[in-house]
Parts: sequence; C-alpha cells; structure tokens
Amino acid sequence: MSTEENIIEEKEPSSFRLIMTLGVAGFLSGLILVSTYLYTKPIIAQNKADALKAAVFEVLPGTARFTTMNWNGNQLTAVEDEQTIEGELVYFGYDSSGQFTGVAIPGEEGGYQDIISALAGYDPEARVIIGLKVLESKETPGLGDKIILDKDFQSNFKELSVDPEITVVKKGEKTSDNQIQAITGATISSNAIGRLLQKSMTQWKERIDEYNRSNPSSKVSDDAN
Amino acid sequence: MMQTEEQNTSQAMQELVKGIWKENPVFVAVLGMCPSLAVTNTAVNALAMGLATTFVLLFSSILVSLLRKTIPKQVRITSYIVIIATFVTVIDFTLAAFFPDIHKALGAFIALIVVNCLILGRQESFASKNNVRLSIMDAVGMSLGFTFALLCIGIVREVLGSGSLFGLSLFGPHFEPWIVMILPPGGFFVLGFLLLYFNWLTERRKKYH
Repeated sequence: MSTEENIIEEKEPSSFRLIMTLGVAGFLSGLILVSTYLYTKPIIAQNKADALKAAVFEVLPGTARFTTMNWNGNQLTAVEDEQTIEGELVYFGYDSSGQFTGVAIPGEEGGYQDIISALAGYDPEARVIIGLKVLESKETPGLGDKIILDKDFQSNFKELSVDPEITVVKKGEKTSDNQIQAITGATISSNAIGRLLQKSMTQWKERIDEYNRSNPSSKVSDDAN
Repeated sequence: MMQTEEQNTSQAMQELVKGIWKENPVFVAVLGMCPSLAVTNTAVNALAMGLATTFVLLFSSILVSLLRKTIPKQVRITSYIVIIATFVTVIDFTLAAFFPDIHKALGAFIALIVVNCLILGRQESFASKNNVRLSIMDAVGMSLGFTFALLCIGIVREVLGSGSLFGLSLFGPHFEPWIVMILPPGGFFVLGFLLLYFNWLTERRKKYH
C-alpha cells in the first residue's frame, strides 16, 4: 500500500456517510425492536392477566370465581369479556356457594424506584382491607421489595380498617386498626403502599357502597343460570 | 497450513480462557460493578443476570465484528450503543414474555445491561479489531467469567443472607439469616473479600512460577 493511498484512507469520512451509518443502524434497530415488541406484547399481556387472576383469588380468601366490573362514569357494570384489562376495573369475588367475598381493587402509586402496582382485597361490609398483593414493583432488592416478601408487613393487610383513612406508622407504633406498620429501612416503599390503598379507597369506597345499596342481590351471586 | 490452523485454535482457546480467569471481568478488570453488586442477592438472580449479559455480549460482539469495516470510527461508540441497546431491549421483552418471574426479580437491572462497561469495553477493545470467530470466543469467555463471578458473589450472599441456595433452605428453620448480606453493604463486603482472595491467588501463583 503506497503512502498516498494511506493518506486517502485516513481522510475524514463525509458527514453524509456518518449520518447514513447511524441512520441505517437506527432504522434496523427500530425494526428489530418493533417486531420483538409486537411478538411479545400479547404474551406479556396474557402473563399479566394470569397474574391478576391469581392475585384476585389470593387477596379475597375463599373466592372461587369473580366478575370484572367497570366504572363507566356513573355506575359499576359487569364486563363480559374476561380478557379486558383496560379501563377502571374492579373485581367482585364470590365463593363456591355464590356468597360475596369482597372486592379486589387494583391501584398504582410511585414508589422509591418506579410505579408500584398492587391489588387490594376489600370487604365493603366490614369496611376492612383483607389482602394485598403487589403485582409489579422495581423497589430495591433486599429493602423495598420487602413490601412483597416481608411476612410482618403482609400481616398488616389481614384486617386493616379503611375508616377514617389508612395511614402508615413506624414499626411498633400501631395504635389503631387503620394503621399500617412500615418496614424498617423501607419507609418510602411502605408509605407508597399506604398512599396506594388510601387512593384506591377514596376512589372506590363510595362507588362500591352505592352499587351494593342499589343491587343488594350482588351479595348473593346472580349467576344461577 | 497445519501449523497456522493449530495456532489459530490455540489463540481462540486463549481468547476463551482469558476471560474466565486471567482477565476475569469482575475479579481482575473490576468491570460491570453495578449488576455485580445489585443483583447478586440470590444465586438464581446472579445466574439470570449472567445469562442475560451473555446473550447481549455474544450477539453484540458478533455484529460489531461483522461490521467492523463498515462503521466509521467517528461514530463507532454511538453505533455500538445502538446495537447493544437493541439486544438489551430484545432480551428485556423476551424475559418478560417467557420468564416473568426472573424478569420481575431482576427489575430495572435488565435495562441497565446497556451501560455495563464490560459489554461496550469488549466491543471497543476486541470485537471491533478481530474477526468473528475470535470475537465469539472472546465474548463467550468474558461472559463465562462474568457469570462465574456473579455466581460466586450470589452464592455467598444467599447462603449467609437467606440461609438457602438456589431457593432451597440449607440450615433449617432455626438459622438466623445474616440479613446484611442481602442488603447493599453485603454486596460490597463479599465482592471485597473475593477480590482480595483472587488477588492473593494471583500473587501466590506469580511467586511460585
């Protein structure tokens, strides 16, 4: 290779070539991402729906089946399509003999890292939270993820009164039924759960009461047919 | 001809082996500290992170090596990042679709593979200068070394911090787990001691050879 050729080769490539390289790289990358996204989207959605279904049974003890209910702005109506996971939804649970077991209410709240989404089991008659299942969280492993793993923290949600409102207190400072005992070292995540529950309750307490008042039959399943 | 082939094979083997021990990305090069400290609280998480990184490193290396003459050097880092980010997003979606539990456990750290210096480092210092065959060997070796290192840390932390290994309880119900080990400080302690141990091994070997 002669010196002249070397000099030519080391010349700066044109801006056009640089832009083209990045443009093509970006385009191909976009193509791969879109196809992966489209391919995995239904599977991910199915996983989420399955996880949600399992969670409903978990937060409402004794539930054998549930009806998905949608808030249409005025009232709660049953959703026919079981696959629906969009919209303002809650899940009315019933045991095997058709007895009403409670309402599972999904909620979201900003945690320490990212949005925490959880499902709360609510008994509108006793006005207590009877279960909580965190569906998605990116809280710190070993600290914030105790909102999922810590048995003591989970035991907060066996019979948590929703009146007058749900508050979070330090561990060992619980004085009344409406207080959640925070996890030591994970106050932000614990508070997020408290806010999440309180938000769900402000949003749904009245709506559910209203529905149960106007549809007393909802407490006994009308699924006889 | 035969000799060159033999040389080739021995060089390829060298590229493979160096990543596991002599140039181990974690214990020697001290790269990729973020996942090494953050997701090694259990052996399973460590293994999953190792495998996810392996996938990204292997395919990025192949592609970068194939395109090493096409990509102008002025935009190489940007191009590498685009390539790496693409594979990371693909593995992110794939894990979410087929291994939702692992995806949940690793959380944000899958997306953070993009900024793992180990991967960009191998593209810049190896794949962009060598042929595909050697680049694959290098990527596999480095990935094995990385996974091995993460597993070492993960196993120690899980055994001490949770009293279990791969989720199986080891010491029965009366074991009081050493919680600090699964917390961030535990990651630093274990990594520090392992670095000390590996440096000591290397020093000792130097002395006797």
